[in-house]
Amino acid sequence: MVGEAMDLLAHAGVPLEDQMLTWREMAGKPISKLDDDAFTRVRVILMNALELDAMRLQDFGARSEAELRLSLACVRRIEQHQATAVSWMLSADHSALEATVACEQVAVELTAAIAQHEPDPYLAQVYRFGLLENLDRLYRYAALLDRLEGKDANNILQGYTDIVPGRPTAETHRAPRDDLRRASAPGARLVSRLHMILVAAAAHRARDYYMTVGPAFADPVARELYAEIASCGEQHATQYGALLAPGQSFLESWLLHEAAEVYAYLSCARSESNPRIRAIWERFCDYELGQLQHVGGLMRRHEHRDPAEVLAHGLPAPLEFRSQRDFVREVLGEEVHLRARECGFIDHGAESAESLDYRRRVNAHGSPSTQVALSYHWTAGTELNRPRPPS
Amino acid sequence: MNPADITVSRLARRRARAGGAGFNRTGAQTSPLALRSMQSYADEQAALPLPADGAARGIAAVRLAHAREAGEVGSVPMPGAITAAFTVVAAHLEGDAPELLVDKLGERLAWARSSVRLYQALMDKMAALAATAPAQPLQAAELRPLRDEALEHMHIAASALDSLGADSSALTPSAAISALVTNGVMQVLTDPRTTLHQCLEAILTVELADESSWELLMRLAETAGQEELLRHFHRAFRHDHAHVQKLKHWRDLLVLGAPGH
Repeated sequence: MVGEAMDLLAHAGVPLEDQMLTWREMAGKPISKLDDDAFTRVRVILMNALELDAMRLQDFGARSEAELRLSLACVRRIEQHQATAVSWMLSADHSALEATVACEQVAVELTAAIAQHEPDPYLAQVYRFGLLENLDRLYRYAALLDRLEGKDANNILQGYTDIVPGRPTAETHRAPRDDLRRASAPGARLVSRLHMILVAAAAHRARDYYMTVGPAFADPVARELYAEIASCGEQHATQYGALLAPGQSFLESWLLHEAAEVYAYLSCARSESNPRIRAIWERFCDYELGQLQHVGGLMRRHEHRDPAEVLAHGLPAPLEFRSQRDFVREVLGEEVHLRARECGFIDHGAESAESLDYRRRVNAHGSPSTQVALSYHWTAGTELNRPRPPS
Repeated sequence: MNPADITVSRLARRRARAGGAGFNRTGAQTSPLALRSMQSYADEQAALPLPADGAARGIAAVRLAHAREAGEVGSVPMPGAITAAFTVVAAHLEGDAPELLVDKLGERLAWARSSVRLYQALMDKMAALAATAPAQPLQAAELRPLRDEALEHMHIAASALDSLGADSSALTPSAAISALVTNGVMQVLTDPRTTLHQCLEAILTVELADESSWELLMRLAETAGQEELLRHFHRAFRHDHAHVQKLKHWRDLLVLGAPGH
């Protein structure tokens, strides 16, 4: 493991050829839904998102980078095993809807933490804009969890994240043009590039997870809600993906991604309360360092570039894994009225005709996110715990 | 489908259409020749005769290995502030029984909350059926008292936990596991394709388990010297006993009383 303000390239990590997991290790003892801190689950979901994103990037790289295919296959193999080991940490007593609530908690807390540490004002605004939409989705899913399964979402959130409406989901359906944010400059700071990778990875995972579990629900209300919010997930994947600077070489993208994985595992290990899980974060951090070294070597051989050009300044301060409630409430109070138009943000009422038309058409048969949460007011112990009006 | 079986399947399809049902393709009788061929080929390909429990040993070994390291689902949230009632309970119940009482009350609370939502889903289904098939042996309004009594059971369990100084908003281990059981029933009741008969069978399993659990809680309350809790638990038990009788009655009417449902 490594110390503060680390020079990534100075740490060898575990050599790629020594990185191995058995099936028993991949399907290890899961976390406890009851006894583990909610932020342990947040870290599990985030790291699963990042590993899946790594696999996706490496899959696309293999399509065009013929000379790198063997390296990509070798690294992707262990990334996939790591992804399995992390994903399997979620215990089977999480219902799909509970896991969904946890997924939105990741989005709200991670995006809020990153928004506060993002040095680029435009990027920080993009993150603040997005987190209010995740907050609303959390509220809608909490309503469904209460009204379908009779469960209190706070059993998952553990008091860290509010359950209130954000920017109404029914009003966030935009034409694709209005989800395309301005791409960052090629010379963006390392901290900004790492933030983009993390937030984009989380958005992709949410979209894909909702598309996977949505059809497993029998209830048509749940099926429609997941269809709607999976589409919102696609919007966020587009929004955050657009921030990444185009034109960089595949190897630079790959190197940055490995750096993001080191950064995230390091941050997880620093804050992890479960010692058994912390050991896994530390082990995987060392694996990512080994993968980073491997990719750095590829960059030297194939592009004749020093990876220090990209990673010169070392990692920023670790990610914060704690409640961002005060910041989220502040943003909610000040920015819930904002909408998006092309790469900018405007007031409610100034949206493009294209987005308004898209929204009218996609909501033509009703808005599941509105219907599921009609009069929903989160109450500890579920709505059923609210005092009954006198008869 | 195997072409050699087409004659059989056409016959089955004609019979199915005449009865107004679809054509279920899952059984071996829909493709007897293909199945005969599959079975004989599978038998030929088996390299060695399988021991009778060969597959079971492999699966059991993996399960055993994991069970040794698994630990527990989670811990029971015991009272933060010990109440007089809890002191009496702890004095009367031996070993882990006080913890079990809190765990089982948490389970009843979660079960009751789910039951309210399940009955609501069933009432929604009844409203939909009333529009398309009005002649049902029960109406949605007849389910309302069962739903309302489930809500009352939720409050009974919550109040019992509060009286013991426990946190009624916490999820106990048995509550977490019981949710896995009711999840399947929830899927049945909310599926727009399921029939009233299928739904009644599903919710009957919930009520049978509920009745049995309140009976257990009555015995714990009695042993713990908690007369007031016993009185409330007995009320819940009586309700559930009546629910079981009603659900069986409606189910029997559907199965034995009228054709074509």
